[in-house]
Amino acid sequence: MTAVEVAELVKRYPKSPVNAVDGISFAVEPGEVFGLLGPNGAGKTTTVGMLTTRVKPTGGRALVGGVDVGADPVRARSMLAVVPQRSNLDRSISIRRNLTFHAAYHGVPGAEAATRADELLEQFGLRERGSVKPDLFSGGQAQRVMIARALMHQPQVLFLDEPTTGLDPAARLFVWDRLRELRERGVTLILTTHDMHEAALLADRVGIMDHGKLLALDVPEALMRGLPGSSTLELSVHAGDNGHTPDTLIEAFAALPGVERVEPLPGDSPEPDDPLWHVRLYVSGEASQLVAPTATLLAERGLSLSGVELGEPTLEDVFIHLTGRTLR
Amino acid sequence: MTATAVTVTVPAVKQRRAFTAVLRRDLLVTWSELPVFLAQVILQPLFLLFVFGKVLGSLGYTQNNYSDLLFPGLLALTAVITGMQTLAFPLVIEFGWTKEIEDRLLAPMSTALVAAEKVLFATLRALTATIVMIPVGIIVLGSIPWRWSGVPLLALTMVLGSMLGAGLGLVLGTLVVPQRINIVFSLVFTPLLFTGCSQYPWPSLSSLRWFQLVTACNPMTYVSESMRGALVPQVPHITPWVCILVLVCSLTVLLSIGVRGFYRRAID
Repeated sequence: MTAVEVAELVKRYPKSPVNAVDGISFAVEPGEVFGLLGPNGAGKTTTVGMLTTRVKPTGGRALVGGVDVGADPVRARSMLAVVPQRSNLDRSISIRRNLTFHAAYHGVPGAEAATRADELLEQFGLRERGSVKPDLFSGGQAQRVMIARALMHQPQVLFLDEPTTGLDPAARLFVWDRLRELRERGVTLILTTHDMHEAALLADRVGIMDHGKLLALDVPEALMRGLPGSSTLELSVHAGDNGHTPDTLIEAFAALPGVERVEPLPGDSPEPDDPLWHVRLYVSGEASQLVAPTATLLAERGLSLSGVELGEPTLEDVFIHLTGRTLR
Repeated sequence: MTATAVTVTVPAVKQRRAFTAVLRRDLLVTWSELPVFLAQVILQPLFLLFVFGKVLGSLGYTQNNYSDLLFPGLLALTAVITGMQTLAFPLVIEFGWTKEIEDRLLAPMSTALVAAEKVLFATLRALTATIVMIPVGIIVLGSIPWRWSGVPLLALTMVLGSMLGAGLGLVLGTLVVPQRINIVFSLVFTPLLFTGCSQYPWPSLSSLRWFQLVTACNPMTYVSESMRGALVPQVPHITPWVCILVLVCSLTVLLSIGVRGFYRRAID
C-alpha cells in the first residue's frame, strides 16, 4: 500500500477564478521522504492542507495510509501528523502535557503515553524542560516539541511545513538528524520547503509545484541532470606550440557529443612562455563523463590538460528554471 | 491490503475517547487557574449585586424588595455572560492567532464534536459560576429569595441559560477576526447586558413599549424571566413555559449557525 496517493486532486477556493491546486497526481511509498517545493502561492500548502483534512478537495482523490481523506477525514487523522511552520503548541499546559494530551486525543492509553513522552523528550533533548510551558520556548525548541508531539500517536505519514526555517544552524542540524532517524524507522515524511539544500539533503524524491500544477517529480539528481546545459566542465589547457588556437579548440570541443555550448574564459598565465587557455563547456548530461573524451581530444592534438573543474547544477537551478525569477 | 479494505469509519468509542480527552484538558486548565476563573466570573455580578441590591437599598433609593427581583436576574446574567466569554474569547484567539486549536482539529474526531466539546465546557463553566453566585448572594444580601418548589425550574433555566451563553459565544467566536475582537465585544456585551431584563422584570416595561420590544429580542430576557418564575413568582414575569420554548428555539438557531461557522473556520 502506498503511504500517500494523490489522483487528479483539485482545489478551487470560492470566489477564485483559478484552481489553487490544478489536478495533481503523485504517489509516495512508505518510508520515503518526499519534498514538495514551489514558490509562495504555488499550491503546496493547499495540497498539504487537503492531505491533512484541513482543506476540502474540490475534485480528485487523496489517500493517506490508504484512507480517503475527503470521504473519511476522521480516520485519516489517525494515520497522519502535522508539524506546522509556526508553533501551535498548547500554551496553557506544560510541554510534557502537550505530548500526553496529544496522545490521549488519539486514544493512546495513559501509561503508554507517559512512557512514550519520556522517551521522546529524552530523544529531542527536552528531558529537563518537560514541566515548562511552551511560552518560554525558542523557535527551535518549539519545533522539536512539535515533532515529538507529532510522533506520540505513531503516525504513518508525517507532514512537515518548512521544518527548519528560522532555526539556527545547530538546531537545523539537530532537526535534520532526527528526520533522518525517522526515515530509517520507516516513517513516511512529506516536507514542504523553500530550502533547496534541505530538500536535496533529505528528500528521496522532489516534486516542484507552481500555479497549482506539479511541474517536475523525480529524485533530486535526475532533476538536476535533466536541466538543459547547466552542468559545466571548466578546462585549463597548456597551449603548446603546434599551431592550435583557442578558436579551433572550441570548435573541436563543441563537436563532442553531449556538449551544448563552449565559451572561452579569460586566460591567466603565470608564465608567458607557457600560456594557459581556459574554456567552459556547458553539457547536457553529467559533466564528469566528458572528462575522458576531452582529455583524449587534447592528447590527439598534442595538448595537455592542466586543470579540470566540474560544476553541477543545484536543485535551486532546477527550481528557478521551472518557476522563473519573478517575485510574487 | 487494498485501499478499500480500510475505509471503515472510526469507531464511536475512539471519537468519544478523543472528546473526553479534550474536555479533560479544558477542565485541567480551569482547575489549575481556579482563583483567576472565579474572580473573572464573579466580580461583575458581585458588584452589580452590591451596588444595586445593597448600597442603593441602604440609601433608600430602591425599595427593599428590589434585590429580590435583581438576584434572579443576576443569576441569568452570570450564566449567559460566562458561557459566552468562556467560549468566544479563547476561540477567536485560537483560530486567529495562536492556532492552538489545530491539534484538536487533527484529533480523530469529527469537527462537530470539537465544537460540541467547546459548548459543553463553556456550559459547565457557566453553570459553576451561576451556582457560586448563590452563596455570594447570601453573603452580600444577607438573604436571597428561595423556593424549594422552584428549584427544578431554576436548575433547568441555569442549564439553558449557560448553554445560551455558550451558543452566543460559538457564533461570535467563529465570526469575529482577532483584529476586531475589542470593538465587536464592546458592541455586543453592553447591549446584551442591559437589554436582558436582569435588572428589571419584563412585564413592568409595558409603559416603555419600544424598550419592551427591544428586550423581547434578547434571548437573555427569557433566562431572567424564567429565573424569576422559579424564585419570585409573586413578581409579574413571562410564563416559564414560554421562556423555555423561546430558549430552546434560540439555542437551536444559535448552535446551528455556530457549528456552521466553526466548520468554516476549521476547514477551508
